[in-house]
Amino acid sequence: MINFNRFKLDNGLTVLVHEDHTTAMAVVNILYKVGARDESPEQTGFAHLFEHLMFGGSINIPNYDAPLQSVGGENNAFTSNDITNYYITLPSNNLETAFWLESDRMLSLAFSEQSLEVQRQVVCEEFKQRYLNQPYGDVWLKLRPLAYKVHPYRWATIGKELRHIEEAKMEDVKAFFQKFYTPQNAIMVVAGDVNLEEVKALAEKWFGDIPAGNAYERNLPQEPKQEEARFESVEADVPVDALYIAFHGPDRLSPDYYATDLISDLLSRGSSSRLYRSLVKENQVFSEINAYMMGSIDTNLFVVEGKPLPHISLEDAEKHIWTELEKIKSELVAENELQKVKNKVESTMLFAELSILDKAMNLAFFEMLSKAEDYNQDVAKYSAVTIEDIHRVANSLFVKENSSTLFYKS
Amino acid sequence: MLNRTVAPHFKEIKDVNLVEPEKMVYANGLKTFIFQAPDLDLIKLEFTFDNILLKEELATLNPVLSSMLREGTESLTSKQIADTVDFYGAYLMPEYSFDQSSLTVYTMHKYVDKILPILADILQHSIIPQAELDTHIRNNKQSLQISLQKNDVLARRNFYKEVFKGTRYGVLPTEETYDAIERAHIVELYRKQIQPANCNLFIAGNIDANLKSLIATLFGQEWENTHELVKKTSLEFQPYSSELLIKEKPEALQSAVRLGGLTINRRHIDFPALQFVNTLFGGFFGSRLMRNIREEKGYTYSIGSYIGNLRHTGFITIASEVGVDVTQNTLSEIQKEFEILRNEKTSEEEIALVRNYMQGMLLGSLESIFSHVDKFKAVYFSGLGTEYYQYYSYILKDMNADKVQDIAQRYFDYDKLFKVVVGKI
Repeated sequence: MINFNRFKLDNGLTVLVHEDHTTAMAVVNILYKVGARDESPEQTGFAHLFEHLMFGGSINIPNYDAPLQSVGGENNAFTSNDITNYYITLPSNNLETAFWLESDRMLSLAFSEQSLEVQRQVVCEEFKQRYLNQPYGDVWLKLRPLAYKVHPYRWATIGKELRHIEEAKMEDVKAFFQKFYTPQNAIMVVAGDVNLEEVKALAEKWFGDIPAGNAYERNLPQEPKQEEARFESVEADVPVDALYIAFHGPDRLSPDYYATDLISDLLSRGSSSRLYRSLVKENQVFSEINAYMMGSIDTNLFVVEGKPLPHISLEDAEKHIWTELEKIKSELVAENELQKVKNKVESTMLFAELSILDKAMNLAFFEMLSKAEDYNQDVAKYSAVTIEDIHRVANSLFVKENSSTLFYKS
Repeated sequence: MLNRTVAPHFKEIKDVNLVEPEKMVYANGLKTFIFQAPDLDLIKLEFTFDNILLKEELATLNPVLSSMLREGTESLTSKQIADTVDFYGAYLMPEYSFDQSSLTVYTMHKYVDKILPILADILQHSIIPQAELDTHIRNNKQSLQISLQKNDVLARRNFYKEVFKGTRYGVLPTEETYDAIERAHIVELYRKQIQPANCNLFIAGNIDANLKSLIATLFGQEWENTHELVKKTSLEFQPYSSELLIKEKPEALQSAVRLGGLTINRRHIDFPALQFVNTLFGGFFGSRLMRNIREEKGYTYSIGSYIGNLRHTGFITIASEVGVDVTQNTLSEIQKEFEILRNEKTSEEEIALVRNYMQGMLLGSLESIFSHVDKFKAVYFSGLGTEYYQYYSYILKDMNADKVQDIAQRYFDYDKLFKVVVGKI
C-alpha cells in the first residue's frame, strides 16, 4: 500500500507526492508518455536516442549531470516501447536542485549539434553491445517483426537498424521535443523524505510557467487478430540452439491481464514451476527455459523461450513445450498451485515497497495507465483470479494460430 | 522573474547513522547478528560461510556446493524444497563469491516458522543427490559455452587468470573442471564448510522473542559441527604481465577492453582515499573516463573503473566495450587519463563534486534494514567495525588536490597494469 497525494498545475503537469520519512533521500521521477511505439517506421529508435539527448544540456543549464552530482545526487532514464522515464535520487535537503534541472529541460533543450553527434555514436555502440555483438542479442530484432505485422511494437526500442540512428537530424529532434515533451504529456512523482506543501511550492515555482504545448492524440494502428501460425528459422554463430514461441496476449488494461501473468508464473516462476520441473529436472530436455509476458500497454506478447540440451532437436524441444501448454489448457490447475503464485506476488509487492525509487516508478506507471490508485489494487486483482480464469485464458492464448515460433540455430 | 541559470543553494549532505546489530555466539560457534526493523513484514536470514578449499586448484567446486544446497536432504527432495519455499512466497538463494558462500532466505514474517525448518534441514542433512548434480553440471556447461562467446566475459577471464594466477581467485570453471566433478568431493566440502563454527548468520526484520528462541533451537543448539575447522592459509600472489594481450576475434563489431592489477584492500588505511580517486577517475557517470571516452568521443556505451575488495588482496580493473575501429584510440586515451591523473593537480571544484556525490551515494545506499546488513558485512569481513564509515566520511571531506595526486602516484600506474583486448585492434 502506497499513500500519495495528487495535484495538477495549470499547464497540465500531473504531480504525485509520496512521503516516506524513514529515508534521508528523495526521488523525482518524470514519466513522459512517449515510447518507441510513437515513432515513425522510417525513424525507429528515435525515442531512445532522444532520451540520451535529454542529458546534453538544456536552455539555461549547459550541463545536466554535474550540478546534480555536486549535491550528492544521481540520475538515469530508460525508454521502452511505451514510455520514457527519467529519475533522480538525491539527499532530500537538496530536492530543489532536481526541480531546477528537470524543469529547465522540460522548458527547452539546448539542442546542441555536438551532443547529437556524440550521442548518435554512443547509441550505435549501445546497439552493437546489446544487440549485435552478443550471442542471441538480435533475437528481438527478429521476433518482434514476426509477431507484429502492423502495430509499432514490430520494432525494438533500440530501432530496426543502425542507419535510422545514424540519420537522425536536429530538426527531427526539435519536432519530437515539441510534440511529446510537454507538461500535459508528463507525470511527475516526488517521493521520499519530502512534504506535500514543499513539493507544491517547488512545482509551482519551477514548472508553473512552462507552456502547456499541444495535446498529443495517439492513434496507433492496432494489431489485427493473428489467423495463422508463423515460423522462422535463423542460423547464427552461437554454441547452443534456442527456441522462442510468442503468443499474442491481453493488453495491460484487460481484466485477463492478471490471469495471463499468473499463467507465466505457474509455468516458469521459481524452481517449483512447471516448465522447470518437467523439462529441466524430470525430463532432460532444456538447460534453461522461461515463460514471461512483456507487460506492454497494447496487445501483449507472452513468450516461452528455452535452450535445449545438445541431444534434443529444436523440433522435439518445441513438442515438449506444447505438451506442457496443452496440459494447462486441458487440466484445471490445483488450488494450492494457484495459491502459490499468488503468494509470490504478495511477497514481491512487499519488496517493491522497500525502495522509494520503485514506489515512485510504480505510481507514475499506473497514473499513466489509468490512475495511481490502481497500483494499490494490484494484489487484490491477482488474488481474484480463479481456477476457471486460468483455464479459459490458457485456452485462448496457447493456440497455434496465435503463435510465432523462432528457431535460432547454432 | 525566476533566474534559471543559477543553481539552488547547496545544503550539506548528512552523515549516515548505521544500525548496530545485537550480537551473540552460540555454543556450537555460530555467530549471529540481528538487525531489528519492527515494522517490516519481510525477514531475511543470510547464512554466510567462509570458503573452505579442498585444494587451491579445486576452487571451482565451491560454487557448485553452493548451488547444490537446494537440491535435496535426507528427508526432502529438490522438488519438495522448491514447492514449499515457493508456496510460502519465500526466496531461497545460494550465492557465491571469491571468499564466501552464502545461503539467503527472504520470507514473509507470517510464514517464517514454515521456512526455517527447511533451512535447518538443508544445513544439517543435505545429501547432494547424484542425479541433481548431473543436471546441474550439464546445464552449467551449456551456459558456460554461451558465456565464452561473449568478448567481455573472455576479457574478464583472461584478467583473473593472469592477475590472480596461482591462487583460488584465478581458478575458473571450464568444461573440463565440470567433467571432473565428483559427488564425493562436494560431499566432503559440505562437511568441512557448512557447519556452525564456520558460519556467520545475519538476520534482519521483525525478530521477536518467539522467533529468537526458534532460531536458537534450530541453529544454535541442534546444528552440530561435522569436521574440525580447516585452518585458513594466506595467499601468495605472483608477478603478472604488463604486456597487452590480444585475443583476435575477426567477426567482432566491438572489442572488450580490460586493464587492471592488484592493489590494497579495505584493511589498508588508504582504501577510502583510493576509492575516492577511483570514483573521480572512472567510478561514476561523471568520471573522467566516461566524460572523455563516452561523452566527448562516443567510442563506447559505457566505461568504468572499479576497485574490488577481497580477503587476501584488492584489485583495480577498468573495462569497456568499444567499436573495433577505435580500440587503439581508447587504449591511448585511457593511458592519457592515467598520466593526467598522476601529473596534474585536480581542481577543487572536481574534488568537491566527487566528495558530494560519494556522500550522497553513501546516504542513499541505506534504503532498508537489508542495506544496513550489507554495510555491516562489508566492514566485518575486513576485520573492521562500523566506525569505519566515520573514517570513510572523514577521508572524503579531507581530500584535496595534493592528496588526490599522492594517491594517484602511488596506486595508478598504467605501465604496471595487465591489459587485454578481445576483438580487434
